[in-house]
Amino acid sequence: MYKALSLTVANWLSTLGSVGHFLSDVARSLRDVRIWTGLTVEQMRRIGVDSVPIALFISAFTGIVLSMQASYTLTGAVPLYFVGTAVGKGLLLELGPVLTGLVLAGRVGANIAAELGTMKVTEQVDALETLAYDPHSYLVVPRVIAASVMFPIVVAMASALGIVTGWLTAVNMLELSTFEFFKGIKMFYQDKDIWYGLVKSISFGFVIALVGCGMGLSVRGGAEGVGRATTKAVVYGSAMILVLDAVWAVTVL
Amino acid sequence: MISFKDVKKRFDSNVVLDGFSLDVHDGETMVILGYSGTGKSVALKHIVGLLEPDSGQVEVDEQIVHMLDRDGLTQLRSNVGYVFQSSALFDSMTVTENLKLGLKRQRLSDAEIRDRVAASLALVDMEGTEDRFPAELSGGMRKRVGIARAIALHPRYILYDEPTTGLDPVTSAVINQLMIRTREKLGVTGIVVTHDLESAYMVGDRIAMLYHGRIRQVGPVEEIRRTHDPVVRQFLDGRPEAAAEADSGMFRAFR
Ligand SMILES: Nc1ncnc2c1ncn2[C@@H]1O[C@H](COP(=O)(O)OP(=O)(O)O)[C@@H](O)[C@H]1O
Ligand SMILES: [Mg+2]
Repeated sequence: MYKALSLTVANWLSTLGSVGHFLSDVARSLRDVRIWTGLTVEQMRRIGVDSVPIALFISAFTGIVLSMQASYTLTGAVPLYFVGTAVGKGLLLELGPVLTGLVLAGRVGANIAAELGTMKVTEQVDALETLAYDPHSYLVVPRVIAASVMFPIVVAMASALGIVTGWLTAVNMLELSTFEFFKGIKMFYQDKDIWYGLVKSISFGFVIALVGCGMGLSVRGGAEGVGRATTKAVVYGSAMILVLDAVWAVTVL
Repeated sequence: MISFKDVKKRFDSNVVLDGFSLDVHDGETMVILGYSGTGKSVALKHIVGLLEPDSGQVEVDEQIVHMLDRDGLTQLRSNVGYVFQSSALFDSMTVTENLKLGLKRQRLSDAEIRDRVAASLALVDMEGTEDRFPAELSGGMRKRVGIARAIALHPRYILYDEPTTGLDPVTSAVINQLMIRTREKLGVTGIVVTHDLESAYMVGDRIAMLYHGRIRQVGPVEEIRRTHDPVVRQFLDGRPEAAAEADSGMFRAFR
């Protein structure tokens, strides 16, 4: 029992150690600007542009649901134009970034972990090193930067579409006029609504890519290892988004 | 010169190298023989700093590999071509891009890079595959491209990890010829890790046998072929009791 406990603690410490090691390697490889700049553009396309359809799909439906639910919750209690407030704030502050983040933790995080994991088990990562490339600057940095840059853009598009579908729902189903809907949106609007959501998205992109890369590069033992790393990337990536979200809420809101 | 000095390496409780010492002289081709899973690849990876020894050291041109800083290691790696067992071609890149990648790290003009790529592909008889992706090539062709990628760097040393394993006899012979040709044309020092005896006799100047984490015997090819050392003899003759012995060695390592 005691032995098992100390083993667990030792495992935790060694995991913590390798995470720290990984982070410092990544930070150090930022120096190789010439290597990662070109690759980052390609990753921005793969991580960002290719994620747009799924993000829009999700937010379109979120906008509809938010609108209906707000009207249901608010009926009788407060003026109906608060539906606009609920849709706007709900999407910008929370649902836009978090739902997009969770979906992309699946899509982008899994993709990165599987790709780097496969490269690892087929010795392509070793090959990179022997060709005098640091895998951190060649593989990790471009993905992390691309995700950090593209996530807020994808989230902004998603939130915007969600507001549009929320508005269309309000106008067509709730007997709310366009004027009233946007009055509701504007009424409690602060600039913080925008930048809070975007900063949050940057942090989500950063974490998802970093976790995906870390899991991919630490794969051992063939296809099975790649599968395990992919699952872990999704699970840990999603968990970290929820934790980060709470941290942002407590510290900034 | 590449020299292993009393290298010890273990992964958790799995002791892989246990007092491994070996000198590889400039200009020679050293063959390292050994059963599967005895640590041949692990030994090679120490030369380019992909792995670090727990104790002891590997020296390349009198430099201690694990003491080198980042730039020193980059410098060393540009002198060593590494041909991986699985070829390890980048599957998102064409053959040409695979060869160019390492060259871009050296101070070469675009024209020089193009010439090197063409010359290296010619040396391995792979002209015409420039724009193909690794997935479109056979195992033997991938091996050849892997060799071309290594020699394109004009390295002083070239490390082959099981270059003929998993290939049919004819393709193996082609790869053997290629290793000999590479050495004649470029004068590189080579280390060939293998358990293919025919290949070992053909390309090697000296043969070293890795057994239980250290070198059991090393000597010129003819001397090794006539050896009376029972362990080496068993391996060369391929007698089944040797396999049993090797297995027990492996299980011991895991216990
Ligand atoms: N990165 C690693 N982590 C843990 N164990 C490893 C690693 N690389 C090799 N090993 C173990 O070291 C032993 C020797 O492996 P290897 O050098 O690949 O053998 P071979 O002689 O067939 O090339 C094997 O038991 C293998 O499982
Ligand atoms: Mg091997």
